[in-house]
Amino acid sequence: MNVHVSGSDVGARTLAIVSELKGLEGPLLPILHEIQAEFGFVPQESLPVIARELNLSRAEVHGVVTFYHDYRDHPTGRHVLKLCRAEACQSMGGNELAERVKALLGIDFHQTTLDGAVTLEPIYCLGLCSCAPAAMLDGEVHGRVDADLAKELVAEARR
Amino acid sequence: MTVRLYVPRDAAALALGADRVAKAFSREAEARGLDITIVRNGSRGMHWLEPLVEVETAEGRIAYGPVRPSDVPGLLDAGLLDGKAHPLCLGGTEEIPFLKNQTRLTFARCGVIDPVSLEDYKTHGGLRGLEKAIAMAPADIVKEVTDSGLRGRGGAGFPTGIKWKTVLDAPGDQKYIVCNADEGDSGTFADRMIMEGDPFVLIEGMAIAGLATGATKGYVYTRSEYPHAVAVMNEAVAIARAAGMLGPSVLGSGRAFDMEIRVGAGAYVCGEETALLNSLEGKRGIVRAKPPLPALQGFLGRPTVVNNVISLASVPIVMDKGAAYYRDFGMGRSRGTIPIQIAGNVQHGGLYETAFGLTLGEIVDTIGGGTASGRPVRAVQVGGPLGAYFPRALFDTPFDYEAFAAKDGLIGHAGITVFDDTVDMLKQARFAMEFCAVESCGKCTPCRIGSTRGVETADKIARGIEPEKNRELLADLCNTMKFGSLCALGGFTPYPVMSAMTHFPEDFSPAPMVEAAE
Repeated sequence: MNVHVSGSDVGARTLAIVSELKGLEGPLLPILHEIQAEFGFVPQESLPVIARELNLSRAEVHGVVTFYHDYRDHPTGRHVLKLCRAEACQSMGGNELAERVKALLGIDFHQTTLDGAVTLEPIYCLGLCSCAPAAMLDGEVHGRVDADLAKELVAEARR
Repeated sequence: MTVRLYVPRDAAALALGADRVAKAFSREAEARGLDITIVRNGSRGMHWLEPLVEVETAEGRIAYGPVRPSDVPGLLDAGLLDGKAHPLCLGGTEEIPFLKNQTRLTFARCGVIDPVSLEDYKTHGGLRGLEKAIAMAPADIVKEVTDSGLRGRGGAGFPTGIKWKTVLDAPGDQKYIVCNADEGDSGTFADRMIMEGDPFVLIEGMAIAGLATGATKGYVYTRSEYPHAVAVMNEAVAIARAAGMLGPSVLGSGRAFDMEIRVGAGAYVCGEETALLNSLEGKRGIVRAKPPLPALQGFLGRPTVVNNVISLASVPIVMDKGAAYYRDFGMGRSRGTIPIQIAGNVQHGGLYETAFGLTLGEIVDTIGGGTASGRPVRAVQVGGPLGAYFPRALFDTPFDYEAFAAKDGLIGHAGITVFDDTVDMLKQARFAMEFCAVESCGKCTPCRIGSTRGVETADKIARGIEPEKNRELLADLCNTMKFGSLCALGGFTPYPVMSAMTHFPEDFSPAPMVEAAE
């Protein structure tokens, strides 16, 4: 993830992504996923390029980006820790786990630690409801997250 | 001779360390000079035993679990490769009661085969349904599916065949099959398991749907929260295309069908079919008013079948074994089998496919074995975040669409989340409203505003502020949301709220607020 990119560079890389995907039926979500994979978030500078290439208004593109929880307008920390907040995880102490992790990291959901190491995000269901509570650290899934495993995950993310 | 060892790649197994177990086996085997082949299969659905390792022996497959990486040397010492005894040995996999007592039709191959081996798929009865469908007229395929009694497994329970007939009869040059794999309900993972454990059955089901309705293009819309399922599906689609199962001439039939996997972006409401279609088109996931039905004006305004993963994955067996075979399972108007997902605070969590008709109590107490915490079961939520909470008093309700509706509940996507007696039902009701407020698409007022007012009202009850008046207000809000919302998000959020309030009134009568001393 390179967050130190200039506006014109973002434009050029966005254009390359859009050109590759605009032939799809309903290309906007695949394009936004690619852009987020490229930059780590969806830069504001990308939006006019997407709008122009797909013949949409900037408002429409903005509307889509802000509708979906996944798209971010700013970079995350080096690691992203997602904790499942849904009912099955609640039934196995998910709320207590969330409080514990927040305390360990010293941040709330949607925040990043001051050293830029970890961003903590809520997630509503990883489909691991039979081995709750569940978490995802940088795309890797973890089930039955107890106090020890939570500590381990936080330590791993801190690195 | 090489010994085949099965270590699942299902996300639930991975979450419990399956990758590390697989690595430990290959490392140990290399060090000991053992000739093993590790197959990364799907999950058998016994998630309390994951990672569940199986070895193929002359006597069939023998299971060991749950296996930790540190158990591996000891297991090999004990003779795991010959299926020998060990404290973790569970005997023949198929003989484990949880598995033995199931009727696995849709999930017959899940956990058995290598998910990305088309050869394995064919050896285990795959493609027979598609081959039969190719030899049939579209209307006859639709009739077979209609006669099977298969109903939408996503939650609404609409007859699949009737939906297909509407699309078949609709005029249009381009029609679509859209698979709703946006499995956002907490307590459900059947779609994920099929996509990770037997992706070809979904591809086959979609191809049959294409042949039946004249649709030549299909999309699977799944979740960004399911990266493993996305990877397996993409791999399987590429394999199917290379093998001629997808493409301009499906299995040499001269009829075209191809498909793509699309990934959502974390919006729960996109599991609603019209919001899903908007999202697939690249728009905000806003619910559309019906009519027009998606069957007539769906994706890009064209006739579109929108079916759940399990509905489509159940089609190949219907075509292979015939409508009557499938229809003979089940009760009343709920025909065939249903993959029940047992989750939450439960001892034996996992996936249990069975004919409709078991009682809720049998599922939770007998099959699920009660809570994981060992405390009494107090409530179970059936059907995800929009499903009702059932108390023990209703455990005699049979698992059937109509029977659940009669008790003011729904079976939804057949997920059951178990809670022990530490649960605070007022908190759960508040969460249902909060979730609805977070996930509402914002199009209709009852859902958008009602859910926020619902959270506030629940908070007032919790703080003991005019509890009686606020309980009435909450019930009134639920009534407005139920009958005034455009889709099931606002329309069904009242189920968990009202069921919590009706069956667990004691949690809604907190001690009156004591005036704080000045």
